[in-house]
Amino acid sequence: MTREDAFFQFLLRMGDNTLILGHRVSEWCGHAPVLEEDIALANTALDLIGQTQMWLGLAGEVQGEGRTADDLAFLRDAWDFRNVLLCEVPNGDFGRTLMRQFLFDAWHSIQLGRLMKSSDERVAAIAEKASKEVAYHLERSADTVVGLGDGTEESHRRMQEALDYLWPYVGEMFQSDDVDAEMVKAGIAPDPASLREEYDVLVSRILGDATLIIPDSSFAHKGGRTGAMHTEHLGHLLTQMQWLQRAYPGAKW
Amino acid sequence: MSQVTTQPSTTWIWEWLDAVPDPEIPVISLVDLGIIRDVAWEGGTLVVTVTPTYSGCPATSVIAMDIETALRDRGITDLRLKTQISPAWTTDWLTEKGRTKLEEYGIAPPQPAGGPEKCPRCGSKDVTRVSQFGSTPCKAHWRCQDCLEPFDYFKCI
Repeated sequence: MTREDAFFQFLLRMGDNTLILGHRVSEWCGHAPVLEEDIALANTALDLIGQTQMWLGLAGEVQGEGRTADDLAFLRDAWDFRNVLLCEVPNGDFGRTLMRQFLFDAWHSIQLGRLMKSSDERVAAIAEKASKEVAYHLERSADTVVGLGDGTEESHRRMQEALDYLWPYVGEMFQSDDVDAEMVKAGIAPDPASLREEYDVLVSRILGDATLIIPDSSFAHKGGRTGAMHTEHLGHLLTQMQWLQRAYPGAKW
Repeated sequence: MSQVTTQPSTTWIWEWLDAVPDPEIPVISLVDLGIIRDVAWEGGTLVVTVTPTYSGCPATSVIAMDIETALRDRGITDLRLKTQISPAWTTDWLTEKGRTKLEEYGIAPPQPAGGPEKCPRCGSKDVTRVSQFGSTPCKAHWRCQDCLEPFDYFKCI
């Protein structure tokens, strides 16, 4: 694998995470339990889609085949996506959506903090921009997880169920492969495994405040960030997200 | 010296851009918002460097169009807009004039403490946060405990 190939894969992983999660979160638009939450979810989705434009825009530039961020978002099929599985799992109830958001935001904020020191100044610039937005995402998702976890009997039960369901998807964010090794060598991005300690400290503290118990299992579903095997949910998501380009190939507006 | 007579000075261009309103908060100008980072002539081409506020802000493309329209109306035809994301936009770049206008309009200006200093309507300091997110990406949603009015707070970033 050349350095350019690895760099392209790394950028797809960043951009596909924000694209797929951004789309998932946008599915709440008009459906959230209260207006303020609806607005907050829509704003979070908007930030993530904005960040996607930067990551996939750079991916297209690095690949050098003239593909735009839109081309990469709308003209690839499921097996070419490189997001972690956590981003594509269905929303479930509001609690599960916010738990997924928290588990992702915690990783995202740490990852962006490291990427701000990337040897590639384009990556550092995107990370600097995105990290300001993600600080707000994390503040809100953490607050909500604590509020609901340490809330009523029902909200507590639902948050524990959400954590039990989502925890097996956390491990994938910290798995390393050849792409990561190449990025570490180039000083572009950190080894994902090196983020785990900081992540566990942060997540344990918040989930502790939320009176929730982290499942005692290190089993991790994987295959999203390498593209080896996505869940069956990604294809369904793409049929909605890419509907217009599938129905009217090449349509512009 | 023919160039001097055909090219407006950058001081003039800054003034013209200061007359272009932000599409979502029209009481402040693009210059007040702090997103115009540089105006420079490169030969016969005017290069305007713009920094986006939030990466997904839907106003970004409207802003680019408004800049183009305003400058073309002033006779500048050879124009290039450059997007710069680093250093990232910060609310520290809002002008004093912009902060005052925001408050007069009913939007509390950003404060280093992370919350509004006072209610922009009645001036009460008894304010409470409803949500970190508001009607546009750059604002949060607050409420005054005295006059009970909800209001927007331009959040620090």
